[in-house]
Amino acid sequence: MTDKQEVMERDSNVERAEREPASVILPPADVFEDADGITLQLDMPGVAKDRLNLQANKNALVIEGAALIDMPQGMTALYADVRSTLYRRSFVLSDELESDKTEASLKDGVLTVRIPKRAELRPRRIEVQGG
Amino acid sequence: MLGSLTSFDSLFEEFRRMEQQMDQLFGSGTQPPAIRSVARGTFPPINMGAAPDGIDIYLFAAGLDPKTIELNIQRNLLTVAGERRVAVKENAIYYRQERFNGPFRRVIALPDDVDPERVEAKYRDGILQITARRRESAKPRQITVQ
Repeated sequence: MTDKQEVMERDSNVERAEREPASVILPPADVFEDADGITLQLDMPGVAKDRLNLQANKNALVIEGAALIDMPQGMTALYADVRSTLYRRSFVLSDELESDKTEASLKDGVLTVRIPKRAELRPRRIEVQGG
Repeated sequence: MLGSLTSFDSLFEEFRRMEQQMDQLFGSGTQPPAIRSVARGTFPPINMGAAPDGIDIYLFAAGLDPKTIELNIQRNLLTVAGERRVAVKENAIYYRQERFNGPFRRVIALPDDVDPERVEAKYRDGILQITARRRESAKPRQITVQ
């Protein structure tokens, strides 16, 4: 069920994300960089593709999601480790990343975001000239 | 005048007493934890809710292969075990590795009236939902007054 989706919004404002609701979950993230770009992976269990909102502009990446939990009528809580259904996390981006080429996929509650580096800024090996 | 002063005193007394009660209820250490409770942050986090005809348990475990989840029930003890494998990319610089990686096992004590024969589980969008039905005799029922 891997769906690839282009991140559509680029220049919409990040301010929206700063109006914090009562309680949001900061999803755990892995972030790594290779020669071509940066990859993020976040655990957002319960979030389907249509309840995920990703925004990337020159300066920031904002990830939001709402978990859908299937609950029967008249349920009372017995125990809760998780006390919110909203996930949010944001990262500041840097110039060498091409945020308008950000790609994302979601599978079994794991979100993978890939932001490529500008081609001209990818590291290249410098040959050491022999004497 | 004197009367109002004493009533203020007793009001503060009352607040102090309420504070102590709150500490006893929610404060750490005062209430011994349940024998099978685990430290906060243990993977996967669990929610449990009770409905009239059953108990629902939600395990927030993203990125699992449902075929590898081991689910066992013995009387009212439910055990969920599995392994969450996070592929580590070679030749990459890791800035953060916050996601759980490795085997896990959680034991959940269900209420005594659940029927161990009638437990179902489904995995969707990274949530494992386990539904345990109550025994017929334990379900609430209307009693007609003769």
